[in-house]
Amino acid sequence: MTASTTSPTDQTTSGSRGTTPPVPEGAVAVTVKIRRFNPEVDPEPYWQSFEVPALPTDRVLNLLHYVKWYLDGTLTFRRSCAHGICGSDAMKINGVNRLACKVLMKDLFAGDGKQTTVTIEPIKGLPVHKDLLVDMEPFFEAFRAVKPYLIAYGNEPTRERLQSQADRARFDDTTKCILCACCTTSCPVYWTEGSYFGPAAIVNAHRFIFDSRDEGAEERLDILNDVDGVWRCRTTFNCTDACPRGIQVTKAIQEVKRALLFRRT
Amino acid sequence: MALTTEQPLTIDKPRSSGRPAARRSNFELYSWLFMRLSGLLLVVLVLGHLLIMNILDDGVHRINFGFVAGRWASPFWQLWDLAMLWLAEIHGTNGLRTVINDYARKDATRFWLKMLLYTSMVLILAVGTFVIFTFDPNIGD
Repeated sequence: MTASTTSPTDQTTSGSRGTTPPVPEGAVAVTVKIRRFNPEVDPEPYWQSFEVPALPTDRVLNLLHYVKWYLDGTLTFRRSCAHGICGSDAMKINGVNRLACKVLMKDLFAGDGKQTTVTIEPIKGLPVHKDLLVDMEPFFEAFRAVKPYLIAYGNEPTRERLQSQADRARFDDTTKCILCACCTTSCPVYWTEGSYFGPAAIVNAHRFIFDSRDEGAEERLDILNDVDGVWRCRTTFNCTDACPRGIQVTKAIQEVKRALLFRRT
Repeated sequence: MALTTEQPLTIDKPRSSGRPAARRSNFELYSWLFMRLSGLLLVVLVLGHLLIMNILDDGVHRINFGFVAGRWASPFWQLWDLAMLWLAEIHGTNGLRTVINDYARKDATRFWLKMLLYTSMVLILAVGTFVIFTFDPNIGD
């Protein structure tokens, strides 16, 4: 798969958007080291480095775009909104799980005029399809398994299901989840045992377990009480550190444990 | 019919999950709780044991058959050692059980490693308990 055998435009670049744009003033050349893998060609994943101009205001996602658009169009990664809301571009940046669209280059520059290297890997614990693109299905399967939707019995009310501000505040933190998988793929238990529900699924169970309008708490607590549930959590706090939305993930897991310990016998 | 497929289309029902239904068992809850409670007790029991055996009076230098025989003459120290044996052994076994659950790749490996673990636990508990209760200070006579 070399670019040299194709159309003449590829003689100047192998990116997807033509020639390299002028380097903006104030940009610093940084090394972007990416974990590459193409299952059709490569027997093993390997590291590839690119020299990319970076402004302090650039995000890591801008650097990936630069590589894809102007250096190597085969680089594969997910991104959608690029503003930290859709949760598509979770990746391991300099060894920690982050959204590429939320990490600013000014926080990554090496001091003292040293060469800056940014390492980017796919999130760990999910099968890699290509480059930074992973199969999210095991993650979403665990999400679906905790019934992340309102369960209510009896007749439907004739107006909205009302709730006090205090009741709403009870689960406010866990409503912020964007399902980016940063937390679940930072969890050492999830790395070794993929059947563990993982922090994200527990966070989304928490969101409904502690919702006063929901009546499915017992079902969800039963699911999370089993061998793959909350008792697998070793409180390493990797999930809380990784969450780009600042959710207190480990605290949410502990609250589910506490509900299991004291609310039921 | 415009639509032809070589095999019938099968689509999972929405909200379906490939997981087995939850077992409605509190085993994992109790094992988690046991680790915390036994851990707290072991802090007292083991640190007390280390203090008596290694620091007080002459420490390790006064430990001999007579010293052990003297301590086990009292039901209090028998009970202390018995509690330490059972709590530490089950605590350690439960810890290893979670490690095996995490790291064993195949169900068969997991099963046999756990069988090995439980066998060793039962043997050690049985032998230890047997010694504490049947210890004979006049064994040399």
